Amino acid sequence: MIVRLMGEGQFRVDDACLAKLDKLDDSAMEALGRDDEGELDARLDEMWAVVKERGTQLDDADLSPSDLIIPPSDLTLEETRELFSEQGLIPDLPSEKV
Amino acid sequence: MAGLMGRATVVMKAKFSKLLDKSEDPNETLDYSYEQQLVLLQNVKRGVADVVTSKKRLQLQTSQFEQSLVKLETQAREALAAGREDLARAALERKTAVQSQLRGLDEQVQGLEAQQQKLISSERQLSAKIEAFRSEKEVIKAQYSAAEAQVRIGEAATGIGEQMADTGLAIERVRNKTEDMQARAGAMDELIASGTLEDFTSDKTQLDRELEQLTSQSQVDSELARLKGELGAGAERKELEQ
Repeated sequence: MIVRLMGEGQFRVDDACLAKLDKLDDSAMEALGRDDEGELDARLDEMWAVVKERGTQLDDADLSPSDLIIPPSDLTLEETRELFSEQGLIPDLPSEKV
Repeated sequence: MAGLMGRATVVMKAKFSKLLDKSEDPNETLDYSYEQQLVLLQNVKRGVADVVTSKKRLQLQTSQFEQSLVKLETQAREALAAGREDLARAALERKTAVQSQLRGLDEQVQGLEAQQQKLISSERQLSAKIEAFRSEKEVIKAQYSAAEAQVRIGEAATGIGEQMADTGLAIERVRNKTEDMQARAGAMDELIASGTLEDFTSDKTQLDRELEQLTSQSQVDSELARLKGELGAGAERKELEQ
């Protein structure tokens, strides 16, 4: 499985690692639901640590799409929510505007 | 996966699927997609350059604040030496205000530096992927049937689209941050202009003028004393000669 750490890059992880990520992800989701930014950030940091420690970074030139994308912990609650909203936090790609 | 990762993945994919051209001719899709990627890369490079410029401007502001701290300290010392505690107090009050501004600015410039490094590495990844796409597209054109080509294009373009979305977000975040910082600096300028605060960085403040007056008064006093001394000595000499 390929995981993208947003703003950092892509990593290949094994199934054991993925199971761990899945658990952390559930807690992260709960924290977001409770507006608990501290808890959310802590879980995201753990997810990042797991991927960086146990995953292998893909070559910059690798064109594989990711199976999973993990947001960074330095987003505010609003930004994280916006990331998942209709408009999305991610700006429109400039090529769509020209 | 319905958690955060799953949602982030769905949102990102929805964004970059727009990038895929639905043209019937795979060769056309490939070339068009590559052109779009080059346009984006140019935008990214411009974005990085903007961030560097903004950071330099903020660093300049920081050093101006540092200079005004030194100047205010000197002025306070001079004022105190001249027995003007009120002026010394005014200078020290301003020094405190500048110090607190400086702390905030310093921290933010450091944060900006870290974000800038990440942005540069994101740009490098995008650049490498676009280069890989360029060779991949020639391979696809040469070796695959139209139907197979569509599938391979989809995969490669998805990989690139994801990187574009990620790099795009990184740029947007740094841009928002520098805009906030500049807005803060601008608000300070406005305060200064409206007279609520005096311009710490302008060459002459009221404090400067008062201190100058003090200096020139004491200079006049000592000149006067010197002249009086000379006149007195001259008069004595005349008396002796007579």
